[in-house]
Amino acid sequence: MGREVSESCVDSLLTEMVSSYCDRFYANKPELAARRIEAIGFQVGHQLSERYTMERPRFSDHLEAIKFICKDFWSELFKKQIDNLKTNHRGTFVLQDNRFRWLARMSVDPSSEGGDLSQDNSAGAPENKAAQATSMHLYFPCGIIRGALSNLGIPCAVSADISNLPACSFVVRIKA
Amino acid sequence: MAPVGPRTGDAIFSNVERVNAELFTLTYGAIVRQLLTDLEEVEEVNKQLDQMGYNIGIRLIDEFLAKSNVSRCIDFKETAETIAKVGFKMFLGVTASVTNWDADGTCCSIVLEDNPLVDFVELPDTCQGLYYCNILSGVIRGALEMVSMKTEVTWVRDMLRGDDAFELQVKLLKQVPEEYPYKDDE
Repeated sequence: MGREVSESCVDSLLTEMVSSYCDRFYANKPELAARRIEAIGFQVGHQLSERYTMERPRFSDHLEAIKFICKDFWSELFKKQIDNLKTNHRGTFVLQDNRFRWLARMSVDPSSEGGDLSQDNSAGAPENKAAQATSMHLYFPCGIIRGALSNLGIPCAVSADISNLPACSFVVRIKA
Repeated sequence: MAPVGPRTGDAIFSNVERVNAELFTLTYGAIVRQLLTDLEEVEEVNKQLDQMGYNIGIRLIDEFLAKSNVSRCIDFKETAETIAKVGFKMFLGVTASVTNWDADGTCCSIVLEDNPLVDFVELPDTCQGLYYCNILSGVIRGALEMVSMKTEVTWVRDMLRGDDAFELQVKLLKQVPEEYPYKDDE
C-alpha cells in the first residue's frame, strides 16, 4: 500500500475547490465554473491513468479500457469497483457505483431535478441550490473519467446521473 | 484499550478513513495549475490558496477537536506542539517538529520534512514567487482562529524553492478572550 492521507483531506479540498469556483471566482457564471472543475478533474484523471497503466500492455479495445476504469482505476480511488457496467455496444457505457463515496456526505433532494447533467449542455442547470451544488461536485469525477480515458487514447464525453441516489451512474459516450 | 484523554496522532490516523495520497496530491496540483491559468498573477494564486486553506481550517478544527480529544492547551507552546504532532499526523499522515521559539513564546516555526502535497511536484521558472503549499498556512490560521488565536503564518523555507525543509513561521498576534453567548449574571 502506498502513501495515504485522511479522507477528510480529500473531502475538504474538493468541497473548497467547488465552492471557490462556484461562489467566488465565477459566482455568476455557473457554466464557466463547471468547465473549470471538470478541467481540474480531467487533469487528475489523465495523470492517474498514466501512473496506473505504466506497466500494462495497451488495451485491445474500448471495452477493455472501460473495464480497467471500472476495476483497477476505481479501486485505487475508492477502494471498491464500479458495481454495474452496461453498454449499448455502440459506444455508450454506463458505469454505476451503487454508493458513490463523494456523494455520501452531501444531502441531495432527488425530487428537485432529474439529476442528469451533461458537460456539453449546461443550459438546463437546476434552480435548486442544493441540486446545483451536487451537480457541480459531479463535474470533478466526470472530468476524472474523461481524463483517464483520454490518456488511454479514447476521446469521450462523460455525464453523471443521480436519479437513483445514493447510486451514481456515469455515462460515457465515446466519440467516433 | 485506548486510555481516556488525548490520543496520539498515530492512533487517530490509523483509525480514520484514509485514501490514496496520489489522488490528494494530484488533485491539489491540478487545482494550483488551474488557478495559475485562471488568475494569472502568482500573487493572487498565493492569496486564493491561503483563503481556501483558511476556509478549510475553520471547518477542520471541529473534526480535529472531536477526534483528538485534546483538552485546552495551556499556552501557545503546547498549541504549536499539538498542531505539529497531532494535527499534521491525523490528516496528512506526517509529523512536523516545532523549533525556533522566540523569547516570549509567541512565535515559532513548524518544520515539515515530508510533505505529501509536493510529491511529484516541480515548479517551472514561470512560477517564481508561488507559495505552492500556501493552503497549509491558511489551514493553520483558520483552525487557530476558531480557538480564539489570531495568528500570522508565513513561509520561511520551501523545498520547492531549493530549501532543505518546509518551515512555517507561526506568530501569535492576539489571543481573543472567549465570548459566551450570555453573561454570567443574567
